[in-house]
Amino acid sequence: MIEVKNLTKSFDGKTILHNVSATFYTGKTNLIIGQSGSGKTVLMKSIVGLVTPEEGEILYDGRDFLKMDTRQVKDLRKEIGMLFQGSALFDSETVLGNVMFPLTMFTTMTRGEMLDRARFCLERVNLQGAEKKFPSEISGGMQKRVAIARAIALNPKYLFCDEPNSGLDPRTSILIDELLHDITHEYGITTIINTHDMNSVLGIGENIIFINKGHREWVGDKERIFTTTNEALNDFVFATRLFQKVKHYIISEDNKNK
Amino acid sequence: MLITTSLSQFGKYCLFIAKAFSIPDKWKVFSRRTLQEVTKLGVDSIPLVIVISVFIGAVCTIQMKLNTSNPLMPAYSVGLATRDIVLLEFSNSILCLILAGKVGSNIASEIGTMRVTEQIDALEIMGVNSVNYLVLPKIVAFVGFMPVLSVFCIGTSILGGYLVTIFTDLISTARYTYGIQAFFNEWYVWYGLIKSLVFAYIIASVASFFGYYVKGGALQVGKASTNAVVSSSILILLFDVILTKVLLQ
Repeated sequence: MIEVKNLTKSFDGKTILHNVSATFYTGKTNLIIGQSGSGKTVLMKSIVGLVTPEEGEILYDGRDFLKMDTRQVKDLRKEIGMLFQGSALFDSETVLGNVMFPLTMFTTMTRGEMLDRARFCLERVNLQGAEKKFPSEISGGMQKRVAIARAIALNPKYLFCDEPNSGLDPRTSILIDELLHDITHEYGITTIINTHDMNSVLGIGENIIFINKGHREWVGDKERIFTTTNEALNDFVFATRLFQKVKHYIISEDNKNK
Repeated sequence: MLITTSLSQFGKYCLFIAKAFSIPDKWKVFSRRTLQEVTKLGVDSIPLVIVISVFIGAVCTIQMKLNTSNPLMPAYSVGLATRDIVLLEFSNSILCLILAGKVGSNIASEIGTMRVTEQIDALEIMGVNSVNYLVLPKIVAFVGFMPVLSVFCIGTSILGGYLVTIFTDLISTARYTYGIQAFFNEWYVWYGLIKSLVFAYIIASVASFFGYYVKGGALQVGKASTNAVVSSSILILLFDVILTKVLLQ
């Protein structure tokens, strides 16, 4: 479990996060949702330590991340896997090389053991057969899956995903969502996904935190999100034309029935 | 303003270098990466070094002959002057200015692209010291291989002059080869090699620094690459003066 307490972060005098508190549960897909520029990426980057917040606490199973020394941070990072928006695969390495990278750096496995583990991870994301290809030779969806395989190679306790569906078609997005959901439950990982994709929210939103203008405005799950009275969240949820049409249809059907 | 910016950049560079020169996480990975960099930055530069050196060596010889046509000057002085120009300046300073363009822009754009595509963030998240992992092999490889490039440059430049003596009638081959060997000062070779090591360090470290701190996208990567070449060229010229004063006086 990861707990964030009263996190505040500013850039050039402008406060991006205002006293944000949230809990991310183990074995669940925790979603941070919000409009572009709402501060969700800054929140995620603060949690993983790519950005240092001015105030607040970040507790990884009770361990205060902001009070750790360099050695402790390094050790904790071995428990973290991260999937970046653009996949962030190493261009100079093959698919297999990318997945083997964390194993090479942080384990004492033999080459054979590393190959077995990397192949297992690639199979888990349905990418067997692409081992020898370079990231530039595979599609965006495949790159995301390689990045997931790399992220789970060291059996992480915490998995962070920054907009895993960006740039993907709806079908591939659903596949990626399902994969992340399955992996989370299978390995009991604390998964945090940053997204503004309503398909993901409806599909895998087990614990949803809505961030609006740097404030945590709402916490709930995919079942409760449609019945919320929070105006900003309602605007966010029904922002797409498809959802607006569905909403109008439901309201008109209700009126007819009355 | 300019002074404070320069001092702050210098401080940032010192911290960057301190981070780069920490102990590698895994020596095996470090050795493998260093060998890859030797190939990429060093061995791949050999054809360029050879082509430039042969032509410059040839041009130096022709220029020397045309500009020192004086009955009081011995004919072998063409070979002697060509050799000393190559040893003292061309095989180190001029060669490194050229390599600052090739190798410097290569390093800055590679690391800069890794920065803007979040590959460096990915390394950091995994707990890898990204500066040490990316930069140290480049510095060690380029500094280590620079004397080889420098020696290649010396040899092929002199060969360039030699080819002029064969294919033209400006100077006889015997006089040129006598000039090449006459009044040889061994220290000039060491002086050139020491300078080339310093310049190689400047190229690799400055280019890595500019690449590592890129913010933005492709445009900024290009800009960082240009800044890396300009800055390392200026530093090479500055250190050329300093080292010449220190080592030759």
